[in-house]
Amino acid sequence: MVGHDKIAKALLRIPYAQSLGVKPLFIGEEFTLIMPYVDSNIGNPTLPALHGGAISGLMEMAAIVQLMIEQEEGQGLPKPIGINVDYLRKGNPKDTYARAVIFKQGSRVANVRVQAWQDDYDKPIAAMHGHYLMAKKD
Amino acid sequence: MPNSEFIQQLWEMGPSLVEHTPHGKKLGIKFVAVDKGRATMSLPYNPELIGDPETRVMHGGAVTTLLDQTCGFAAIAGFEEPSACATLNLSIDYMRAAKPGETIIAQAHCYKATKHVAFLRAVAHDGDETDPVATAQATFMATGARKKGVKSW
Repeated sequence: MVGHDKIAKALLRIPYAQSLGVKPLFIGEEFTLIMPYVDSNIGNPTLPALHGGAISGLMEMAAIVQLMIEQEEGQGLPKPIGINVDYLRKGNPKDTYARAVIFKQGSRVANVRVQAWQDDYDKPIAAMHGHYLMAKKD
Repeated sequence: MPNSEFIQQLWEMGPSLVEHTPHGKKLGIKFVAVDKGRATMSLPYNPELIGDPETRVMHGGAVTTLLDQTCGFAAIAGFEEPSACATLNLSIDYMRAAKPGETIIAQAHCYKATKHVAFLRAVAHDGDETDPVATAQATFMATGARKKGVKSW
């Protein structure tokens, strides 16, 4: 397990996380990644709607951070093998949240499921599952 | 498949449609080409998109966004009637890390479009399409046929 403060610091060092503007939120042991609304995450200005890629980026980041939390300290970042994203509702121009669950953790590969929502957790705007290759332990 | 006149319109509007999409602009996605059911876009290496500070490799999310954007444009160029569209599903396999410093090129092909749904395959590479960074399979939904053409999106 890696401490909450170390996770927050690690996120600050990842440029892509800063480009999306994501922030970690810990409530007890439960981790949520927040993507506060910014104009630069819009994909369709006419609707307007968030870019599917920004929503997916938030969920991919949530998956990696969840794996970082549960792996050993000092272990390198997990690498994505494959992801599958279902877009369920339009991403409105407002704050978006993502929470990841490690469905199965093997020694080399982890299977992660992520849900993204805005107003209501039970009305997800997108869902993702992915496989990640874990960095070797020293 | 759409008519040639519509493809010509997409050629003319492609750069502004892509580069003026706020998130596309933020990442630096560039329009390259469009044809019936096909689109190509590029993402020059951008240090703001690094996902791993140790390796300086761009984050998978940036590649996902490029593939989503390219597939969306190929879907628009694949529907019989001009329409905006929304991603239903996007499935991506990451074959290898993109090389730091290299531009990523995404090529998408809409191999089937019904009235409402487009089915696509795409590949992202950094110069050699036989050595892909990632491949994608996607489905898009037509969200409204606008008879007035592309300008009314």
